[in-house]
Amino acid sequence: MSTVIKGARPYGEGDPVDVLIEDGVITAIGAVQVPEGAEVIEAAGQVLLPGFVDLHTHLREPGREDTETIDSGSAAAALGGYTAVFAMANTDPVADNAVIVDHVWRRGQEVGLVDVHPVGAVTVGLKGEKLAELGTMAASQARVKVFSDDGLCVADPLLMRRALEYSTALDVVIAQHAEEPRLTVGAQAHEGERAARLGYTGWPAAAEESIVARDCLLALHANARLHVCHVSTSGTADVLRWAKDRGTKVSAEVTPHHLLLTDERLATYDPVNKVNPPLRTESDAERLRTALAEGVIDCVATDHAPHAVQDKDTEWSAARPGMLGLQTALSIVAETMVRTGLLDWRGVARVMSERPAEIGNLADQGRPIAAGEPANLTLVDPDAEWTVRGAELASIAANTPYEGMRLPGVVTATLLRGRVTARDGKIC
Amino acid sequence: MKHLLATDGLDPALATAVLDTADELKHTLLGREVKKLPTLRGRTVITLFYENSTRTRVSFEIAGKWMSADVINVSASSSSVNKGESLRDTALTLAAAGADCVIVRHPASGAAQRLSEWLAEPGTSVVNAGDGTHEHPTQALLDAATLRERLGSLKDRRIAIVGDVLHSRVARSNIHLLAALGAEVVLVAPPTLLPYGVESLPVTVSHDLDAELPAVDAVMMLRVQAERMHGGFFPSAREYSIAYGLSERRQKLLPDHAVVLHPGPMLRGMEIASAVADSPASAITEQVRNGVHVRMAVLYHLLASEGATA
Repeated sequence: MSTVIKGARPYGEGDPVDVLIEDGVITAIGAVQVPEGAEVIEAAGQVLLPGFVDLHTHLREPGREDTETIDSGSAAAALGGYTAVFAMANTDPVADNAVIVDHVWRRGQEVGLVDVHPVGAVTVGLKGEKLAELGTMAASQARVKVFSDDGLCVADPLLMRRALEYSTALDVVIAQHAEEPRLTVGAQAHEGERAARLGYTGWPAAAEESIVARDCLLALHANARLHVCHVSTSGTADVLRWAKDRGTKVSAEVTPHHLLLTDERLATYDPVNKVNPPLRTESDAERLRTALAEGVIDCVATDHAPHAVQDKDTEWSAARPGMLGLQTALSIVAETMVRTGLLDWRGVARVMSERPAEIGNLADQGRPIAAGEPANLTLVDPDAEWTVRGAELASIAANTPYEGMRLPGVVTATLLRGRVTARDGKIC
Repeated sequence: MKHLLATDGLDPALATAVLDTADELKHTLLGREVKKLPTLRGRTVITLFYENSTRTRVSFEIAGKWMSADVINVSASSSSVNKGESLRDTALTLAAAGADCVIVRHPASGAAQRLSEWLAEPGTSVVNAGDGTHEHPTQALLDAATLRERLGSLKDRRIAIVGDVLHSRVARSNIHLLAALGAEVVLVAPPTLLPYGVESLPVTVSHDLDAELPAVDAVMMLRVQAERMHGGFFPSAREYSIAYGLSERRQKLLPDHAVVLHPGPMLRGMEIASAVADSPASAITEQVRNGVHVRMAVLYHLLASEGATA
């Protein structure tokens, strides 16, 4: 099976080229003779990037298949330009054992639109009391490489130390949802001027920053790999820079929504804007954008979090936190990072594909666009725009904060090991 | 006026109009044996309370009944809410049943605003009777009515709001309304009971009640919820009372004309000395009385004065 992508510009650089893909591998780049029977993708004016990798997706299966399934989430991912996603462990039952992670991995294989890598829980039942069987999950069919209690923080410093220490024998990374729970009791929104005025209980920046600082010190002490989930404050970026300068093996992600949206949205009281960690101030968002450009924050991760209507169209305090992200991520990155000149398309490849693949330890994702490399690829029309309609997204849920927004950057095709999984907004 | 959700952003002219109407209603009913006006005959007002309340709910109920509205009380503990029905579905049910106005008290900040969005199509008015730690606008209006009676204009008057500002929707509503009406507001509280970001509000902040009292025209004491005393917000009730309680000694620091307010219920002896609460300077009973007239005025502007105000 052969495919030829005609006239795209890899990384948005240089002259347009043709890319020949055979049996899932890039075999030639340049002026390519189209083999007989080959599928041809006309891509003039488009940017060719390595397929995106999302370190932070909630697929909700098992347990909340009314909001997302591995089928629907994989479709959303493929349409968003992703070729691999890491499915968070806070499912019901929790992915804290080999049976569940293998189930998720196998369902991902069956669907076949993206590589679904289950994240294993750090602690049994996400309870923060006892380490889950990290070694068994790492050795399972799913080959778990990332462990996280995301949604909850591993708050006990001794348990976090043990998790980091133990992880060093497994060559895996501990991904922390940094939130000191004693500082966020009842918290609903970023603690600051807007929350004070509107009567929201505050989620202080220090609740994130203090845990990140603590964990960086523990990771340095244990010589372990720490990944910080969804960085939301400028102070956390400062802590990360300090920790990296000291040689800590720490990586970090930022969500598209924290790059674009701010607590200005609190005045609506519309829980479509409720997310954890909360939307912060404009100065935080500005610092997150520069930190991502500088590499202080390594990558973009969606924190794709589908929720049912009844869990969102309610009063703020009763609503679940989270928003959809897979199909809008590229556009938000284009809006906040490319249009602003903070990143070029090579930079986008770094933060949406290469670094996440490295952090998640995926050998065949985030690879260079070169002959001999696996054909996990995404085509983007940088000049096109689209209007977000939650009901038209592939997720079962529709909780997008970008409803009605016109966004730049359209994913026109996604290829997983040479097979076209999505093209022109449709699953293939 | 379609809804009354907050005093933040409330047009001062509209607020003044409501206060003037309340004043007028008060004088109209003064000395009447039968306190009943036909103004809202045929209109249905529902009080929907998700939190316990006696004074606010009764005040609204009396206000509605004195205006001849049909008033129906729904409390969360004795309704389908108890069976897990969402606020949205409950609201739509009430609107479908014919409510012209829903008066809501809810533990979630913003609940009244959400309700007003859900009820936009039926065209039902919403009054916020206290939402989480956000606002309680009719309380602020009744406080302003009481202060106007005692002090005349509020312009350039200095009002101290004392105590648990952090958890107080009464404080937030008062801050915005008093500022809009031209008064200066000083918050007096321990740092732990002030919201982070308080500097964005139109106030000054002090931690020294003794220093503030000689220069204020009114002091508005706030309720400290007993359950919060052990939450680490301050070391003990005793220490709080020493630093922020309105004692008889402190009352002597006030100017002679100064007014003492408390939204109730009061923790006598801790927040305010009994002798102060019952003194001529105290307008606490008048607050309750004015509450009915202010709520009548609010219902009038919502349901009876189409086009009369913005």
